[in-house]
Amino acid sequence: MITRREFIRDGVAAFTVSFAAPAFLSDIARAQGARGRNLVVVYLSGGNDALNTVVPYQDAFYYSRRPAIAIPAGQVLQIGSDSTGKTLGLHPRLTGLHEIFNQGRLALVQRTGYLNSSRSHFQGTDIWGTADPSSPTGVGWLGRYLDTLPAPVDALAGWNSTRETPRALIARTVGVPAIPDARTYSLSSPNSGTEALNERVAATQIASHVPVDRPHLSLVNGSIRGALDTLDRVALVNTYTPTVTYPNNGYALALRTVAGAIVRGIGTKVFWVQTGGFDTHANEGAAGGGAYANLMGTFSDGLLAFYNDLRNQGLLNDTLILQFSEFGRRISENGSQGTDHGAAGAMMAIGGAVRGGIYGTAASLDPNPANPTLENGGADVRYETDFRAVYSKVLDSWLGADSVSLLGGNFRQAAPAII
Amino acid sequence: MARENWQVEHVLRRAAFGPTATDLATFGEASVSTVINYLVDYEKQPDDVDSKIGQSDHVSVTTRGQFSPNTNIDDARQRWLFRMVHSQRPLQEKMALFWHNHFATAYSKIAGAFRAVQGTKMMALKPGDLPGPPGQIELFRKFALGNFRNLLIEVARDPAMLVWLDGRQNVRTRPQENFAREIMELFTWGVGNYTEQDVYAAARVFTGWNLRNATGGVATDPSTYYEFAYNAGQHDTTAKTFTFPIYSDGNRTIPARSAADGMQDGMDFITALAQHPQTARRLARKLWNFFVSELEAPDPAFVESVASEYLRNGTEMKPVVRYILQSEWFSNPDRWYSRYSWPTEFVVRAVREIGWAGFSVDAARTPLTNMGQTLFEPPDVNGWELGAGWFSTGAMLARMNFAATLAANQRFNVSRSATSYRTTPETLLDFFLFERLSPSPFDSQPYNELLTYLRAGGSWTGSDAQANTKTAGLVRLIVGAAEYQLI
Repeated sequence: MITRREFIRDGVAAFTVSFAAPAFLSDIARAQGARGRNLVVVYLSGGNDALNTVVPYQDAFYYSRRPAIAIPAGQVLQIGSDSTGKTLGLHPRLTGLHEIFNQGRLALVQRTGYLNSSRSHFQGTDIWGTADPSSPTGVGWLGRYLDTLPAPVDALAGWNSTRETPRALIARTVGVPAIPDARTYSLSSPNSGTEALNERVAATQIASHVPVDRPHLSLVNGSIRGALDTLDRVALVNTYTPTVTYPNNGYALALRTVAGAIVRGIGTKVFWVQTGGFDTHANEGAAGGGAYANLMGTFSDGLLAFYNDLRNQGLLNDTLILQFSEFGRRISENGSQGTDHGAAGAMMAIGGAVRGGIYGTAASLDPNPANPTLENGGADVRYETDFRAVYSKVLDSWLGADSVSLLGGNFRQAAPAII
Repeated sequence: MARENWQVEHVLRRAAFGPTATDLATFGEASVSTVINYLVDYEKQPDDVDSKIGQSDHVSVTTRGQFSPNTNIDDARQRWLFRMVHSQRPLQEKMALFWHNHFATAYSKIAGAFRAVQGTKMMALKPGDLPGPPGQIELFRKFALGNFRNLLIEVARDPAMLVWLDGRQNVRTRPQENFAREIMELFTWGVGNYTEQDVYAAARVFTGWNLRNATGGVATDPSTYYEFAYNAGQHDTTAKTFTFPIYSDGNRTIPARSAADGMQDGMDFITALAQHPQTARRLARKLWNFFVSELEAPDPAFVESVASEYLRNGTEMKPVVRYILQSEWFSNPDRWYSRYSWPTEFVVRAVREIGWAGFSVDAARTPLTNMGQTLFEPPDVNGWELGAGWFSTGAMLARMNFAATLAANQRFNVSRSATSYRTTPETLLDFFLFERLSPSPFDSQPYNELLTYLRAGGSWTGSDAQANTKTAGLVRLIVGAAEYQLI
């Protein structure tokens, strides 16, 4: 019988490569375009009720199908009408977005989605993450973009402000750090001074080992290296003092940290921020108040602070904010003053380079099963703009990438000219 | 106490929370089948772990005023961690964790609707401690290796679930689809087996499965409680037709029934889902990942065998789990250390291996959140992102930092335990790698890095001061290394 000692000491073939850790990571960041353009993805987790975000307040069916939760016409924030002349208004708590819209820096893309929309949160999120409705596994659309950056890719090329790495940021070769709270993103030791330093050196060396027959260990080692390689620069971001007061919630805190990273010139290309609670099966709230109004307030107030902070720093033209959710919700409310899982939703783009306005056309909410703007027997909104067309615009026109190869198809024809 | 009983250690890492030094002494000479039966037939062991809370020789809990695990969620977390560290029925706690992930329900939504006291009671009330039905986690302990169909029925009537997936508001006129969809997508057979029409029909099945305040008291009163209530007046009595068979004769329609008999709709529907081969296979795949390996996709032969065990035994889980633990799939040495530990498993195993004298499980709560696993607060109804998904940089940093916290806390105990191994850095390292801790193998390069660390900063004397510093640093390095994250 093999002993534990033999197994541990000799049982595993391996070789060790020494990572050529660059002496000055910031040089790489600079070479890859620090203070260059960045993308901030804002994900509304749970399936946002887009019809109460961008309200078709002159569609009588909107009110007849949502007797308890419709936003009264008198409360919406007017944004004009779409190309078919359908008048629209924003949820009354979207005052920040309304302000940005009026500055011409908010693009709304109505009825975004895809054919045979999944009503599952998890499949839906994977589809939006991979941009591949037929096979939503493996690497994400932004991960594929990060994989195209010239090596060595800086450890902070991507920045995820949530605990779990979203599908969209999963890459083949690039690890994206998860920094849910930059203030606690630091390394501790049972010892201090030189001993703590010795320990950090040892941890770095141990994690530099690549056991060829145990890729799962390499994966964890990659995460350890990713943490150790990014700690000091994240600490630098922490010293940022914003020019505005951000709301006190995790989402706004994440946006504040992202602003710090942009201002400090870390060189991050893609940031990920999200806010949850959008799975509003019940108690959305009546007449523009209640739980959904709070969600809208959180979403909009944090974004406005971020927008103003970047504007004050003169960096608004470097940043593009892209908002999405995994699906929209059913048109008719249920008996719990909520809405169940539906199909198409709305996307938004915000930034100094954005051509503001309303893109795409609103659905008619007439429940007639023959209504071509709806699906599922008139229950759900049918998509008009494939979400990958919006992605293609972002990849091609903002990140300077090749959307055809990254999305596995040409979606440029249908791409709205949001930037 | 050389640790040479590999297969037993493997069982204790997977089907328990890793061996303590006492376990190694107890099970060192035991046969694998003895250990498996000891774990699986856990009802033969005493269920007295809660009575040990506060006793010496056990990990501590931190009290703020009174320790209130039935009404304060942080104390409920402490109680569960204490159970995982000290229970004589570790597989029961492990399966409770499995079901908590499978039926992932988050306290914050419950507390948002019914305040902290009721939210904690719905998640964690221990039967008899206060009036009211058992908390959800007690359901998972009760049915840890019980009948899956019966567990599903209990879950459908569980107050926390009725709040979490909005069943409490499922009414006849406009049914509510949340629970109806997730019971198919996540709790049983998975996406791809049903249509939107099935979701509509299932929502109608559960109309009237609501919740009521049984005492009429205010939410902040610990004696107030909520319970399941079948509200016949809100049940849709018409027939419900599915795209798949509900009955063994192939009939796809649940017949129209009187409102008084309407609960039978749900029983019929749940029974059909629980007994469906696709549910059996999906459970088998989840159990493969939980017990056998996360590095290989489930072996189709395993899935079919486990699924048929499950169906043959009338959806009983105990024979299924015993079958898995006794199988070649499980015992194959290629699969040792082939599962990524969950943060809770990592923390509990570290405490059990390093020591707990003077340590409070409360000190693990915030680190667990940073590692990505707050008990009673899964991120969504799909549970945690398991496997490689645990290992984001921020989460790994939290694991390393917890190793540092625990090593610092246990510095003197750890150092003292190594007294007779201090002669050279090599003897000290071997003691920790091979006897004191149970990491997966360190290759020679990282092994030498650990030696380099021990030698750094001056010549080796083996003095108390040197040992106190270096053993703490060494334990932190081993427990914070990739090699320790696999079980």
